[in-house]
Amino acid sequence: MFVADRKLAWSLLGAAAIGALALMPARAEETFKIGLIVPMTGGQASTGKQIDNAIKLYMKQHGDTVAGKKIEVILKDDGALPDKTKTAAQELIVNEKVNVIAGFGVTPAALAAAPLATQGKIPEVVMAAGTSIITEKSPYIVRTSFTLPQSSTIIGDWAVKNGIKKVATLTSDYAPGNDALAAFKEHFTAGGGEIVEEVKVPLANPDFAPFLQRMKDAKPDAVFVFVPAGQGGNFMKQYAERGLDKAGIKVIGPGDVMDDDLLNGMGDAALGAVTAHIYSAAHPSQANKDFVAAYKKEFNQRPGFMAVGGYDGINLIYEALKKTGGNADGDKLIEAMKGMKWESPRGPISIDPDTRDIVQNVYVRKVEKVDGELYNVEFETFKDVKDPGKTKK
Amino acid sequence: MSAPDDVGYHARRHARWHVGEIVFWVLALASAFLFPSRYLVMTDIVRLGLFAMSIDLILGYAGIVSLGHAAFFGVGAYSAGLMALHGVVTEPLLALVLAGCAAMLLGFVTSFLVIRGVDLTRLMVTLGIAMLLEALAESFSGITGGTDGLQGIEMQPILGIFAFDMFGRTGFFYSLIVLFVLFLLARRIVHSPFGLSLRAIKNNPLRAAAIGIPVNRRLIAIYTVAAFYAGIAGALFTQTTALASLDVFAFERSADLLLVLIIGGTGYLYGGLIGAVVFRMLQEVFSTITPQYWQFWIGVVLVAIVMIGRARLHRWVLFLPNLLIAQVAGRKAAVAIPEGEGQ
Repeated sequence: MFVADRKLAWSLLGAAAIGALALMPARAEETFKIGLIVPMTGGQASTGKQIDNAIKLYMKQHGDTVAGKKIEVILKDDGALPDKTKTAAQELIVNEKVNVIAGFGVTPAALAAAPLATQGKIPEVVMAAGTSIITEKSPYIVRTSFTLPQSSTIIGDWAVKNGIKKVATLTSDYAPGNDALAAFKEHFTAGGGEIVEEVKVPLANPDFAPFLQRMKDAKPDAVFVFVPAGQGGNFMKQYAERGLDKAGIKVIGPGDVMDDDLLNGMGDAALGAVTAHIYSAAHPSQANKDFVAAYKKEFNQRPGFMAVGGYDGINLIYEALKKTGGNADGDKLIEAMKGMKWESPRGPISIDPDTRDIVQNVYVRKVEKVDGELYNVEFETFKDVKDPGKTKK
Repeated sequence: MSAPDDVGYHARRHARWHVGEIVFWVLALASAFLFPSRYLVMTDIVRLGLFAMSIDLILGYAGIVSLGHAAFFGVGAYSAGLMALHGVVTEPLLALVLAGCAAMLLGFVTSFLVIRGVDLTRLMVTLGIAMLLEALAESFSGITGGTDGLQGIEMQPILGIFAFDMFGRTGFFYSLIVLFVLFLLARRIVHSPFGLSLRAIKNNPLRAAAIGIPVNRRLIAIYTVAAFYAGIAGALFTQTTALASLDVFAFERSADLLLVLIIGGTGYLYGGLIGAVVFRMLQEVFSTITPQYWQFWIGVVLVAIVMIGRARLHRWVLFLPNLLIAQVAGRKAAVAIPEGEGQ
């Protein structure tokens, strides 16, 4: 019974030994370091994996030396938990002396790292999170993904013009979902449309069935859906099970629900769904065909829009470093990134010099069968769309 | 055994400060200066340690198992967050105590449900309470910010003097001091007659009742105290990270605690603290090596610990140091094999 103190002392020794190992700071090298913080575990893991894959692919294609500097990517898993993101970002900045932090699967994660980017004067390249406000939280944030209002306003306008009068909405109850809903509602009702039912579903482990029943009873022309990447497959399955497709209720929305990496598994219920989005694996450009082919070859799956966000993000970092001639100073990098333009697999994109947010084409697409596989086929293009969440002000 | 072998003698001997304990706290303080670039991780360890100590109070001393301790952590976290956000109580230390009291209140109310059952029932009840609170926090998103969590928390300086800095230096010392003070309190509690009566209850509730210990009242009391501790841990979380989101109520948080205690052992207060250090370090090491599959390796280690048994692991780890001691000091160094902890 009374040997606790000795045991304690020994346990301490063991703990201290492990601690010393783990806490040993890595030595700084003459390299350009990118701290990549993405969810590799948990519910948002697919986002992190796509981004990680895309970056690996890009570095394989473009080499790992830019302007005489060797690029090193340090991958950290945050499980989409903001406190983990913050710890990881701080560690990367202080101990690894990274020159850029990148990734950020969800909005709270991107926001948690913002003060660190400001204080450390380190560019934060957001490759996934899509809430409008993110880039306003630090002058060091640049985004290569998209914002929800970009696509939601466009689908709102499109719906009005194409004879959709009554819409029920189903959105995930968190910042991006609320952004999408607000942007859509504003444009749709301004054009004379009517929202007959408004449902917010919890973000974690949602069961759509009861909500879908309510939607069906409301008899809308279409249902506007936003769920984050990864949940679209589940939604479409329950949509078909409840017979909403047979009741003639269309699916419209920003393109997250029809994410390319899940689309082919959704079955024929998805056929005819019209979404507005920034990327489709079926985008008919040579750059995209090469990208899709290379990605498929490397990872044996179709890239989604998260992969493109990562691919463009690393490209932005490469190009900025070229422009500064290898100067890794945070302010210089940010200056170099502002206004940068290039041809991405998704189409022509640029970084808005005023907001540091992405300016890109938004495409209206319809799910069709191409060579026996489901694809979002683009049929209308809105050029150079800025984030409406900011241009409003 | 010529010494009077009575309970009081043993209790007093046990309550004395041992060298190991002093070494522990010196090391804890020293780590702040040894690893000045790792404050955030170390703060995390301190928080987890405090949280684990809280469950050790009920599990290790009173035998109450819980899978829902995150409920109190969450209440503490949100209380602290809301107070800071709306400027109700801006001084962190006072807010910390108030947040702890909020959790304590919840602990007191729910303790009546918890003491009713035995182990399995308790697991379910505590789990249920945590899930209930998580769902409430999600549906009252107007207050809690829902899935996005509380945004824009800004912490005022502690006592109006020590401001929280980016690298978590203030946060770490603040947490460590809070941990130490609460540890002293816990130490006092478990070595008091009250603490001894808890042990009696843990060993045999029926017999404890027969010798006149008011079992239920004691259990309610310790459960309430543990809730206070967990609430403080939660409030520290919010104050040092300026974040509070739904995951403070997450089941994983409660489950992690049991893992921590499996590593560290129960019933001697340090189990949670040491377990927290080892657990977080394992996470650090594995997630650095493989950011994708680190959870697998943590699982392997935990299975190994349970299968082999902590006692035997200790013996293996301590084989070499023991040998050295035997050679140098010329005496047989007895390795401490923990008793009564085979969970």
